[in-house]
Amino acid sequence: MLQVVCIKQVADTETRVKVAADGRTLDPAGVTWILNPYDEFALEQALRIREAAGEGEVVVLSLGGPGVQTTLRNALAMGADRAIHLKTDAVQPDSLQVARALAAELQGLGPHLIWFGKQAVDDDAAQVAPMVAELLGHPCVTVVAAIELTQGAEGGPAGGQAVIEREIEGAREVVEVTLPAVLAADKGLNEPRYASLKGIMAAKKKPIDEKPVSLGPPALEILSLALPAARAPGRIVGQGVEAVPELVRVLREEARVI
Amino acid sequence: MAILVFIEQREGRVRSVAREALGEAVRLAAALGGPVVGVCAAAADPGLAALGDAGATEMLLATHEAFRHYEPAGYVRAVVAAVERVKPSVVVFSASSMGRDLAPRVAARLGVGLAADCTALAVEGGRLVATRPVFASKAVQRVAFTGTPAMVSLRPKVFAAAPSQNGAAPTVTPLAIDHDPAAARSRVREVKTTSAGKVDLTEAEIIVSGGRGLKGPENFAIIEALALALGATVGASRAVVDAGWRPHGDQVGQTGKTVSPKLYVAIAISGAIQHLAGMSSSRCIVAINKDPDAPIFKVADFGVVGDAFEVVPALTEAVKALNARS
Repeated sequence: MLQVVCIKQVADTETRVKVAADGRTLDPAGVTWILNPYDEFALEQALRIREAAGEGEVVVLSLGGPGVQTTLRNALAMGADRAIHLKTDAVQPDSLQVARALAAELQGLGPHLIWFGKQAVDDDAAQVAPMVAELLGHPCVTVVAAIELTQGAEGGPAGGQAVIEREIEGAREVVEVTLPAVLAADKGLNEPRYASLKGIMAAKKKPIDEKPVSLGPPALEILSLALPAARAPGRIVGQGVEAVPELVRVLREEARVI
Repeated sequence: MAILVFIEQREGRVRSVAREALGEAVRLAAALGGPVVGVCAAAADPGLAALGDAGATEMLLATHEAFRHYEPAGYVRAVVAAVERVKPSVVVFSASSMGRDLAPRVAARLGVGLAADCTALAVEGGRLVATRPVFASKAVQRVAFTGTPAMVSLRPKVFAAAPSQNGAAPTVTPLAIDHDPAAARSRVREVKTTSAGKVDLTEAEIIVSGGRGLKGPENFAIIEALALALGATVGASRAVVDAGWRPHGDQVGQTGKTVSPKLYVAIAISGAIQHLAGMSSSRCIVAINKDPDAPIFKVADFGVVGDAFEVVPALTEAVKALNARS
């Protein structure tokens, strides 16, 4: 069974955002780059499925500049078998541009399962996975909280089945899917492993296939990136239980929220 | 040109987020011109005529047995059919679980851009400009669209719901679509309720969140009690979710939910940057923490320095007393 995990390199969640001189993008100075946290859950699940089946291949696929290879290497260290780097100099391609480039590559690979994280923690768009599914004509389940491969999933690209739980407002949808399918993992799907020393050493020898891509025209134009308006300074209403009556008063009379 | 609004229904009831999307569409129509048209996919009419005073002139309704639950392939067909029919300048979704899944599929089918999870829309020089938080609200991006229709999804609880206008009910027009559920290759078998009767964090008016300072999962009882008194939904910091005290669905912050309630009460949460990012767009923030230097106080409108185990039960009693009087 072939699984492809589409991963994105993002700024660490600790990052204090500074706007670049162009006024439209993140200033990369001093930023630590990491594997998008949600993609870790996707990769971990793909590895577990491969391990449970005792066969199969997990390929990691990422689009971006040369720096992306560090993140691909980390994914190989976690246990992916090989990597594909769709190389572009585009600074901040939009979701549709990325989805089209990924879909074209995936079309040729023909995986049974295509994994994504629920969303990237930089642009928070959460839309490349469903876009890729639509472009490939595959079913898609986003915000995957649980998955069980039920029958024949290892048999071939078509006909395998999975039962997936998807987190929605106050409930979970239980979805039956026929493979090939696109899945977007939520936090909580599993507990991602750390790369072992052995894994890190092995990753150095695993192949990263570098493929230059040219992206289609953008569908969105980024006009600006700015820091949000600072909140008006607040105040300490008091110490300990003695502060409670005053707190209730301000919430009721000033903020009018209770 | 028209503005098309996806009317989200679940279990045969129009969801409140659909009224928010309609409300913003009506405001946009005032700037862009053209009528507001709704499109809904459902097993049966969820009462679209009742949305009449919300400003839409027409409601396109695609019905199918399979639309009792969310059915992405069929729902995509319904919205695409509506787009072909009314040729809108803008298509508006809610950035709910359903909208965030459906809108990108429609955008890919139409080959147009989608601005997801917007917090403001404006018309500048005749074109739509969408404002959307990025980096979990640590920054704000403004985007424009290169094609038509422009597609947007709106963050729940940010936009005002459509006011009643006592206008005429819209025409409900059946929308014929060719849908074969068997060909869709995915089917919702069941919807399991996980928090019966509770409002989801993303749609809550009031949130009471607890952090590591509560020392153990059993102590969330004081958070639950305050939440009950306030009619609030319980949230949590990443630290307590990672410790297994609370389910992931309760997490507020960069790898959890980004929330915008009218009141956010942070209890025993120090305020890591990822948490602050996820809740700092709340209208009013209260922090209760025994450390006067905790970063949470920097974003709080009102702070109480003190032991949560003393302050929170006292606050709960005070709120109950207030409820009893009103």
